[in-house]
Amino acid sequence: MSVSSAPTTLDVSQTASIPFGRLVRVELRKLADTRAGRWLLIAIAALTLLVLVIQLAVVLGQDLHPKYIDFLQGMNTPMGVLLPVLGVLSVTSEWSQRTAMVTFTLEPSRVRVIAAKFVSILIISVLALVIGVILGALANVLYGAFSGNTVVWGSAGKFAVYYLLLYVFGMATGFAFGALFLNSPAGIVIYFVYSFVLPTIFGIAAALMNWFESLQPWIDFNFSQSPLIDGTIAGNDWAKLVVSGVIWLVVPLVVGVWRIRRAEVK
Amino acid sequence: MIKVEGLTRAYGSFIAVDDISFECQAGTVTGFLGPNGAGKTTTMRVMVGLTPATRGDVTIGGLHYRDIPNPGRHVGVLLDASAQHAGRTGREVLEIGARTMGLDGSRVDEMLDLVSLDAREAKRRVRNYSLGMRQRLGIAHALLGDPSVLILDEPANGLDPAGIRWMRGLLKGYADQGGTVFLSSHLLHEVEQIADEMILIGNGRIVARGTRDELLRNATGGQSTTLVTALDNAQLTAALTEKGLEVHPAGAGLRVTAEPVEVGRVAAEKQIVLTDLRAGNEGGLEDLFLELTADTQRDVIASGTTASEVSA
Repeated sequence: MSVSSAPTTLDVSQTASIPFGRLVRVELRKLADTRAGRWLLIAIAALTLLVLVIQLAVVLGQDLHPKYIDFLQGMNTPMGVLLPVLGVLSVTSEWSQRTAMVTFTLEPSRVRVIAAKFVSILIISVLALVIGVILGALANVLYGAFSGNTVVWGSAGKFAVYYLLLYVFGMATGFAFGALFLNSPAGIVIYFVYSFVLPTIFGIAAALMNWFESLQPWIDFNFSQSPLIDGTIAGNDWAKLVVSGVIWLVVPLVVGVWRIRRAEVK
Repeated sequence: MIKVEGLTRAYGSFIAVDDISFECQAGTVTGFLGPNGAGKTTTMRVMVGLTPATRGDVTIGGLHYRDIPNPGRHVGVLLDASAQHAGRTGREVLEIGARTMGLDGSRVDEMLDLVSLDAREAKRRVRNYSLGMRQRLGIAHALLGDPSVLILDEPANGLDPAGIRWMRGLLKGYADQGGTVFLSSHLLHEVEQIADEMILIGNGRIVARGTRDELLRNATGGQSTTLVTALDNAQLTAALTEKGLEVHPAGAGLRVTAEPVEVGRVAAEKQIVLTDLRAGNEGGLEDLFLELTADTQRDVIASGTTASEVSA
């Protein structure tokens, strides 16, 4: 082939951009196609089931009278702790394993990739909710059958929405921390500090200082989520949720995405 | 097909790539040569948008990389064979690439076949791959989307001699079919046999470029050189010098600025027994490479020792 007749332009007229749905499917696959990812998903499912079995045994053995939301609350412990870890890892594994180099050469729009990752964890949140709602219902029915007591459902539909929000907030906060630190251990540790150490510190501060007690619900995202957990959220609880959510979820997420857009991918 | 114009990349006061410009033509292999840290990888990273340029511009087929839709279908990239998730299997790495690009699953098998990774190896996790196997996987990944442009950073790194020969054939064939190949190396011999054009970079600047022959001509100042060894080198030196030829000791023999036939003729006249006589330009190219990039070499070669000896 002589140089003079060689093409100097790429014919891209027949090539479509990568559809967003395809990016999401690939990102979902990446969550589960490594040993670490798969075991994390299995661990979340197994622990959730285990907690539920224990809870059922305890309420039956001690003749307690649980409601549907009590089972949802029981499952929120394993899900609430481990789903955010999956959120962190969905971003950071690209950096710790350096696959971001490949990912961003196949799709140069980093924002699209991040958006696809975010949508993939939202899908996982919905799946977790569906599984949680079904398992919780099953536990409630089994409780009724074994104890002979009346089964209390409460506002089951409303609770499902609350728990979906909780799972989404948990995963999204993990995701935001992952994007902010781009490092798996740092992201996970900081997330656990935020979710276990910080509430204690805030609690002590609130107990010692009156002015802080009234401020806490507005700046402590864990605290403002508790009315969702017990299903009592009402009035300005929603406003507190939004304000504290902006601080702990939206701001880290925006800074993280900005950082990823500008980062030199090594 | 690839056009780099006035590309500069600075990190603070350190300038990794300093105002370089070049082009790669379709249907050719362009070798990008330089010692470690010369700026090769940085240049390639800018090409595919992983690193922003401080100044200058790179286009591939007239487009910025970020503007190429589904770029994997047009530009095959291998920047670092080790940049793969250690927990994924080789096949899964290709599956993800194929799915992202929207390719048929059968393409994965074709590529595994092409780079000679068998079914058992493809099922192993990348963690357990040797560097050579990772390199093969990376080449398979770059070729997955049947691109018309290939950008490969040190693709021969870690390959055994048979693997290097295989890769040469693969890339040569790819260029012969009209593809554009841009590959880097810090080893001259990996590249000189397949590169239609070579670009030598040192300290972030292009220090020489051209075809192998053009570079050789420059290397020897337009003159041929000959490497010769005689039973009695001193006698041969005297005879050659008498004829007005320039002679320098080189290893066990001599480097003469002349065609081999002239040296042979002198030896025949003086009845000097030669044990070795060959064109010395090969070394010339290597000398040139080392000389041009000398400022950036980490290992300074002792004066009086020529590069050809070092490599011998």
